[in-house]
Amino acid sequence: MLDNENAFVAFDRVQKSYDGETLVVKDLNLAMPKGEFLTMLGPSGSGKTTCLMMLAGFETATHGDITLDGISINNIPPHKRGIGMVFQNYALFPHMTVAENLSFPLEVRKMGKSEREEKVKRALDMVQMGSFAGRRPAQLSGGQQQRIALARALVFEPELVLMDEPLGALDKQLRETLQFEITNLAHDLGITTVYVTHDQTEALTMSDRVAVFDDGRIQQLAPPDELYEKPQNSFVAQFIGENNTLEGVVQEIQGETCIVKLDSGDIIDAVPVNVSAVGDRTKVSIRPERVEFKRDRLHADAHTLKAEVLEFIYMGDIFRTRLRVAGTDEFVIKTRNAPDQARLKPGEMIEIGWLPQDCRALDA
Amino acid sequence: MLAADGRPLKASLNRALRRQKIRALFLIAPLLIFILVSFVMPIFDMLLRSVENQIVGNTLPRTVVALQDWDENADTAPDEVVFAALYTDIALAAEYKTHTRLGSRLNYEMTGISSLFRKTGRAVGRFETDVYTEAFQAADPAYADPAQWAGWMQDDNIRAALPQTTNTYDAWAQMIVEEENDIPAEEEPWDFVYTALYADAAGGAALPISVDLSAIEPVSLQASFAEIDEDWIDPDVWQTIKAFSPSYTDGYFLNAVDLLRGADGVEQRPENERLYIGQFINTFVMSLSIMGMCVLLGYPIAWLLANLPARSANLLMILVLLPFWTSLLVRTSAWKVLLQQQGVINDLLVWMRIIADDGRLTMINNQTGTIIAMTHILLPFMILPLYSVMKTIPPSYLRAAKSLGATDWTAFWRVYFPQSVPGIGAGCILVFILSIGYYITPELVGGTKGVFISNRIAFHISSSLNWGLAAALGTILLTVVMVLYWMYDKIVGIDNVKLGG
Repeated sequence: MLDNENAFVAFDRVQKSYDGETLVVKDLNLAMPKGEFLTMLGPSGSGKTTCLMMLAGFETATHGDITLDGISINNIPPHKRGIGMVFQNYALFPHMTVAENLSFPLEVRKMGKSEREEKVKRALDMVQMGSFAGRRPAQLSGGQQQRIALARALVFEPELVLMDEPLGALDKQLRETLQFEITNLAHDLGITTVYVTHDQTEALTMSDRVAVFDDGRIQQLAPPDELYEKPQNSFVAQFIGENNTLEGVVQEIQGETCIVKLDSGDIIDAVPVNVSAVGDRTKVSIRPERVEFKRDRLHADAHTLKAEVLEFIYMGDIFRTRLRVAGTDEFVIKTRNAPDQARLKPGEMIEIGWLPQDCRALDA
Repeated sequence: MLAADGRPLKASLNRALRRQKIRALFLIAPLLIFILVSFVMPIFDMLLRSVENQIVGNTLPRTVVALQDWDENADTAPDEVVFAALYTDIALAAEYKTHTRLGSRLNYEMTGISSLFRKTGRAVGRFETDVYTEAFQAADPAYADPAQWAGWMQDDNIRAALPQTTNTYDAWAQMIVEEENDIPAEEEPWDFVYTALYADAAGGAALPISVDLSAIEPVSLQASFAEIDEDWIDPDVWQTIKAFSPSYTDGYFLNAVDLLRGADGVEQRPENERLYIGQFINTFVMSLSIMGMCVLLGYPIAWLLANLPARSANLLMILVLLPFWTSLLVRTSAWKVLLQQQGVINDLLVWMRIIADDGRLTMINNQTGTIIAMTHILLPFMILPLYSVMKTIPPSYLRAAKSLGATDWTAFWRVYFPQSVPGIGAGCILVFILSIGYYITPELVGGTKGVFISNRIAFHISSSLNWGLAAALGTILLTVVMVLYWMYDKIVGIDNVKLGG
C-alpha cells in the first residue's frame, strides 16, 4: 500500500461541508501513484464530484490536506495547479473555434505562436480530429466535442487529468469507443487520471483502481476484479454488478468459512467478510453467474437450497432466470447461452448451490 | 416531386400550410387591427404633417395660381392681377376665418405674417371696390338682382364668357350656403364679385347686359393692400407665400436641420436661429453617456444576480425591479430633492467639508442632472437582458478556463465577457432607444441644457402648435433610430441580441 509521502496525489483526512451542518465528504484518505487511472464511482450525492472539485481547486476542503506531487495544494488557486480537466458538458468555449479552444491554455502560458500551432495540431491528431480545427463547437457532434474537450485538457501536457462524467451525454456505442480511446491515451501518455462516473461498467472497464463512494466515504478502493469478486460490504456488493442478497444470522465461524442460518431456516456456507461473531446479523451476497443448479456440478459437501423457477428471460448471450429461494422472489441466476445449456421452465423445482468462497457474508 | 395525388409536392405543402397561416392570422387579427388603427395610422398621419402644406393652396387658391407668373427673383411686388386674386381669396378666407390660421402657418417661415393677415382680414371689407358694385347696379338694376345673378351663372355661355366672375361667384355662393346659411339666389353678390365682373369686362369680355366701363374709375387693389400694411408690397412676403404655395413642402425638414429656403436656394439659418442640430447632437451624446453609465453600473449587478444563490438573487432582483413599481414622477422628483443646490447631497458634502458652502455643485437643471436621473431610471433595462444572457452561461466555462491556466481576469475577459456581449448589445439598444426619445425626466431635471429633442417636439406640439415642425423633428428622430438599428444589425447582427432564454 502506498503511503501519502510518496504518492502523486493524496487526500489526507479531507472533510468538506457546504453548510456547516452536514459533511458531504467525511474523512477521505486516498493515495494515488503516478500514472494510475483511478475512478471515483458512486451514486449522485455521494461526494465524488466534490472530491474532484477540491482536487481541481474549485472547492476548498473544510479540513484536511490535499497534496500533489508531495506539495500541499490547499492554497494554490486552480489556474496554478496545472491540472487538466474534462467537464461533464465539455465546456468548450462556444465563441472560439476548435483550434482557438486548444490554443487557449497555451496562450495563457505565454507560449510562442509556432509552438502553439504545433502542439494544437499534435493534440488534434491524437484524438483524430485534425481536420476540424476551424470549426466551432456547435458544429460538432457530441462525440467530436468530447474528443476536443479531451484534447484541450491534454494539450498543455498536464501530469494529472480530471474527468467529470465526460461520457454521460453520449449514446452507448460511442461511449464504449471513447472509453477505450481514453484509457489507451491515458496509458500511452502516462498521465495520472482521476475519472468520476456513476456508470459502473465504465468504472470497471477503464480503471486501474476504483474508489466506490457512498455517504461521503470511500466504501472500497480496489482494482475492478477485486471490487466485483470480493466486495468488502453490502453497499459495494449491491452497487457493483448484479447481486443476490439473502439475510440471516451467523451460526458458526470456522476460520475462512462460516455457516449462516437464513431467516427462512435454511443453512448455507459463506466466507465471513464483515461478520465477527456468532449471532451477528448478515447479508449474504452471491453473484448470479456463480450459482449452480445442475446436479453433477453441485458440490457434495456444501449446503444446497431448494428453488422454484418463476421466470425465464432469454437475453441473447445469456439466460436470466428468476427464482424463489429461501423466502425471496428476487433471486436471479445467469447462465451462458451454450448449446447444451438447460432452459428452465417456470414452475420447475430445482436445487441450487455454490462454492463457499463465492458467497460472502457481509454487514447487515 | 409529386404528392400522392399527383399534384406537385410544393403546392400541396403550401396548401396545407395556408390553413395554418390563416388561422394564425385570425388569432392575431384583433391586436393587429387595434395596433393599425390606434398606433400605426395616427403616427403615419402625424409624420405626414411634416411635409403637408395644403393650407396655402386651400386658403389662397387664386393667388397661388396668379403667382405662377410672378418672378420671385425680381425685386418688385406682384402686379394687380395677383392682388385681385388675393382680394377675392382674403375676402372669402375672412368669412371662413381661415386667414388667421394661414397667417400662423406662414409666420413659422417669416415673422410678422400672422399679424399682417389678421389686420388684412379685418380691413378687406372696407376696400373701395363698392364703386364697381354701384356702377354696375346704376347701369342696370338687373345687376342688383340676386335671382338674375343666379340665372346668369347657370347659363353656360355666360359662364364661358366671364371666367373670373364665374369662379368668384361660385366660391361666394358656396360660402353663402356654408357660412351664412342663406340661399345665393336671394342674396346680392358682394363687392368682390363685382370686382371680378369688372376685371372680366375690362379684359374685353361680353357682359350679359352691356355697361359703359369708361364711367368707372378703376380701384388699385395693390394700393389698397399697401394702405393696410406696407408689407404687402414687400417682395419678401410674396416670396414666402410663393415658396410655400405647393401642397407639399420640405420647409419643415429644412427648419428641423437649421436650414431655410432663401432667395438663392437652401442656406443655413442665421447663427442665433440654429437650434435643432445642436439639440440632436446633445440628445445623442447624452443618450450615449446614459447607455455607457448603464453598462458600467449594470454589468456587475447582472453578474451578481446570475451567480448568487437563488435566495439572495431573488432579493437582489426585487431591488432591481423596485424602480419599476415606483412612479416615474416620484423617482424624478426624488432626484430633484437630492441633487439641487440646497439639496441633500450638497448639504452632505458641505457638512463633510468637501466643498465650501458658496461652492455648492450644480447637479440639476443641466446635463449632469439628466444623465444621473435617467441612468437610474433606465438601469433595469440594461440589467435584465444582461442577466438573462448571463444566466445561460454555465459556470463551467469559467472553471474550464481556470483549469486551463487562465487567471480570474483572463478567464473573465477571454471566456465570460465575449459570451455576455449579446446581453450588452440588447441592453444598449434598449437603453439607447428609450433614452433618445425620453421626455418626462429631462423636462423635470434637465433645465435648458439637459433637455432632449423630444422636449422640443413636445414644445412644438403643445405650445407653439407648429405640428409640421414637430412632425419633421419626429421623423428625423425615428429615421436616425432606424438607421442606427440597421447599422447595429449589420455590425453585430440582431440574431445575437438576446432578451431572454
